[in-house]
Amino acid sequence: MTAKKILEQLNIPAQCRRYSLPLWQCPQFLFLIMGLIIIGANLLTYTIGTRFIEDPIIVALIVITLTLILFIIAFIITQGFERLAEANRMKTEFISIVSHQLRSPLSNLKWAIELLMSGRLGEVGEKQTEYFRILKENSARMQELVSDLLTVSRVETSSFSLKKKDFSLIELTEEVMKEFEIFVRSSNIKLDLKFQENLPKVFADSFQIRLVVDNLLDNAIRYITKGGEVKMKIERKNSKIYFEIKDSGVGIPQKDQKHIFQKFFRAENATRYQTQGSGLGLYIAKTIIEKSGGKIGFKSQEGVGSTFWFALPIK
Amino acid sequence: MKTILFIEDESALQKTFGEILTQEGYEMISALDGETGLALAKEKKPNLILLDLILPRVNGFDVLKQLKEDEGTKGIPVIVLTNLEGIGDVDKVIELGATTYLVKAQYSLEEVVEKIKKTLGEL
Repeated sequence: MTAKKILEQLNIPAQCRRYSLPLWQCPQFLFLIMGLIIIGANLLTYTIGTRFIEDPIIVALIVITLTLILFIIAFIITQGFERLAEANRMKTEFISIVSHQLRSPLSNLKWAIELLMSGRLGEVGEKQTEYFRILKENSARMQELVSDLLTVSRVETSSFSLKKKDFSLIELTEEVMKEFEIFVRSSNIKLDLKFQENLPKVFADSFQIRLVVDNLLDNAIRYITKGGEVKMKIERKNSKIYFEIKDSGVGIPQKDQKHIFQKFFRAENATRYQTQGSGLGLYIAKTIIEKSGGKIGFKSQEGVGSTFWFALPIK
Repeated sequence: MKTILFIEDESALQKTFGEILTQEGYEMISALDGETGLALAKEKKPNLILLDLILPRVNGFDVLKQLKEDEGTKGIPVIVLTNLEGIGDVDKVIELGATTYLVKAQYSLEEVVEKIKKTLGEL
């Protein structure tokens, strides 16, 4: 049992996965590197020392002192990182637990409201329906936020694995567009998708990429000014499939542009047009695209519109 | 009259589903934990089981496993109704023999009822 525990401690990649940190930020890995540096420094000091200093005792003393100093430095550094790593792990866990706990009461609420609204418990008047609808919409908003938080906590863990396979980005985009159809028609927005014929399939996790397309389209529509249009195009660029979505929305102010992919960030004008929105959609999109080996970016001008794009690899 | 066993620790959901399923002409039996659920499944042999995954005493994964191992309950279709939606969870549940996996946050009450009817071969 003890031997197994020691072996587990020595399995550095597994330890680092537990903290869900990249290798270079992981305390165990850093400690190993420091150890190697200490050994290297010792050998170097010894080699140089024996060449220039005659008394072997002095050489030994220098080597010992140097080892001690380096060891203390290494210890302090890894201690700091260990605390950081632990805090990071706890934060992800916290989000996941809280959102799971929030989900149960939210679904209880949602279904109870639906039952009330269905008229199965007795006829519902027009005024009542109006307020039931408010209850329903607001519980749906909370549910969306919780679901975004869960997605964030999921994509942030390094154990987050993508189920990659070949799929058609065009078909996926068309499916997502269908989900927005009713909303688009009622808000008098023009949705347009252009694509090259015979495009190769992309190699990625279709479930995650759907989240990305869904987020980008939702943003484009949400921040559009009256009767605008959203243009999408999918084409091949070198060894990647390139997706672009262009809206005639409110645009992103210059000073906010560098923060737009940050977690919880919302542009100043966005909060003016739409109170809803968690500031998580673009962060999720960027994380997913980058973990899929792709790239994501945008161009935007306040008052004119934004163009977001991403490129995904072909197998 | 067809019987549905609902294994779910949230009494609010028991109440909501009790109402709608009774209205739809089913008899609903409630179990608030996994152990009771298993016992009731063996005793009453319901036509369908609705199962949550996070349950006190015996969790949903184990309930499902034991249901599928028992000759008497093996053939009863199980619809998993949960808020867990990790990719691993879905695979595990389907592998264990569940008929359908529904994430609570994504389905309306009427949609769940529709799935139940479909599973019972009524639609």
